[in-house]
Amino acid sequence: MKMGQANLDVFAQTLLELAQQDRHVLAVTSDSRGSGRLTGYAQVVPAQIIETGIAEQNVIGIAAGLASAGKKVFAVSPACFITARALEQIKNDVAYSDHPVTIVGISAGVSYGALGATHHSLHDYAVLRAIHNITIVAPADNWETRAAIRAAYAASRPVYIRLGKAAMPHVHQEGDEFVLGKASMVRQGADLTFVACGETVAVALAAAEGLAGEGIESRVLSMHTIKPLDEAAVLAAARETGAIITVEEHSAYGGLGEACAAVLMRNGARLPFEIVAFPDEHMVYGSQKELFAHYGISPAGLASIAHRLLAR
Amino acid sequence: MLTDTELEHKSIAYRETILRIIAQAGAGHTGGDLSAIDILNVLYNVILNVSPETAGDPDRDRYVQSKGHCVEALYTVLADRGFFPAEELNTLCRYRSRLIGHPTREVPGIEHNTGALGHGLAVAVGMALAGKLDGRSYRVFTLLGDGELDEGSNWEASLAAAHHGLDNLVVIVDRNGLQITGPTEQVNALEPLPDKFRAFGYALREVDGHDLEALVQLLRQTPFEPGKPNLVLAHTIKGKGVSYAENVVGWHHHVPTAEELALALDELRVAREQLEGPR
Repeated sequence: MKMGQANLDVFAQTLLELAQQDRHVLAVTSDSRGSGRLTGYAQVVPAQIIETGIAEQNVIGIAAGLASAGKKVFAVSPACFITARALEQIKNDVAYSDHPVTIVGISAGVSYGALGATHHSLHDYAVLRAIHNITIVAPADNWETRAAIRAAYAASRPVYIRLGKAAMPHVHQEGDEFVLGKASMVRQGADLTFVACGETVAVALAAAEGLAGEGIESRVLSMHTIKPLDEAAVLAAARETGAIITVEEHSAYGGLGEACAAVLMRNGARLPFEIVAFPDEHMVYGSQKELFAHYGISPAGLASIAHRLLAR
Repeated sequence: MLTDTELEHKSIAYRETILRIIAQAGAGHTGGDLSAIDILNVLYNVILNVSPETAGDPDRDRYVQSKGHCVEALYTVLADRGFFPAEELNTLCRYRSRLIGHPTREVPGIEHNTGALGHGLAVAVGMALAGKLDGRSYRVFTLLGDGELDEGSNWEASLAAAHHGLDNLVVIVDRNGLQITGPTEQVNALEPLPDKFRAFGYALREVDGHDLEALVQLLRQTPFEPGKPNLVLAHTIKGKGVSYAENVVGWHHHVPTAEELALALDELRVAREQLEGPR
């Protein structure tokens, strides 16, 4: 896989393109323009960035008010803070009030690695999934990031986009189709399926390529939209392949894996299934890459689970 | 334009409606409705340039009721202004009614869903900021309870309002002095409140929140100081207009019994007769 940029950088470039085409596009930041790679944006379109200072509740409240008056608002703040500190504002002022704000959770998951649990967002899918009227998106690569930002701009409803800060390999080709709510198949295969999202898709793809060397052909789905979930793609994977492994940079509770499990159970699918995610325990700390490896979100870790499921 | 007497009559009629619909629904925030209703009367009948016909106009004035629990007062005024049929007030809090116990945009005329305290001001700041960015002349009014000021989010939003010089924002505080547990000064002291608001950058004015003429005069004067957000500290009485409910903590969400309702309506009838003068 050829390496690209950090998804965050692509987000900032895409937002600038949109802002230059539409003066109603606004970024709202919580002293987070640097972390959001928006310093350049702020220099080019200074009138299209609103700074609230370190005040996440205020970011969302102000964003809702701006959106209600017709602005195309991107609220940009670390995922760990914006989806916890400002959760009530997301629930009431954005989702319930139905103001079309795009919330961009930056440096998400364990991007901040060794900085500790204060800076991790391993809860955001779970809490937002339980709130009606917000689409949850975790792009896998630069191409999905660009497409997701553009789709959110065009959407007239609340969207949450979760971005990491590591440089990401390309898992897509230019020209692939991106539709919110529809999984992207980034690798075909009939033996098993990896259903991954965000920065774990590249890991799943690497695992699939390793397994192919052993004659095991894996389907890899980038489930970039965690909600609404592409249930048809999950059920197709259950029909057409022999096992399903979900992979996510999130708590094992309430995320992509449990969402897929519910779909499978409700529809009577019976096949080997495993959720690869962060366990419910005090974490060890290290870089994102080290934590991924520690918790089995690695080509070797995923291959070992694939072997176990296929041996059943 | 209504005369002063017509406005006074409206306040009495609104109080009657509020008490009737709360008694009928068996739920509501009687005390705060009665402290806020004169402010709402002046806003919707004199100050705000919004009507059912202009509800979607980008240049309309906006009103966000941060103290969402006093929704019965808001529904009463919106129905009177023709945003929805007055008969619908009888459905308050009924199964599947859109008139639920806190403001929702399902109801015509309501700009933002509230109910959790400490949310309205930041949203109003966003609306006012959008007006400034687009060079529009609309104003944004928001009504806060005083107990609600315990929420830190109000002070975050106040920093932003002053930072952006939002003189198109009018923050009205319904300073009735009581919250659900007791007097605000006993629960979590707010005073010296005017000093705090001034220190946060507001142009502050104090007013008797039941003096309709004074409210009209004051709210016509915004911006009080160009470049500063406006703060109207409206001194009010919780339960105002019903003698035995005034300044009584328990009336925060007490629902009038049939007997209490009859007594209250009697008092309001007398108030109307006094307004009409000797025959």
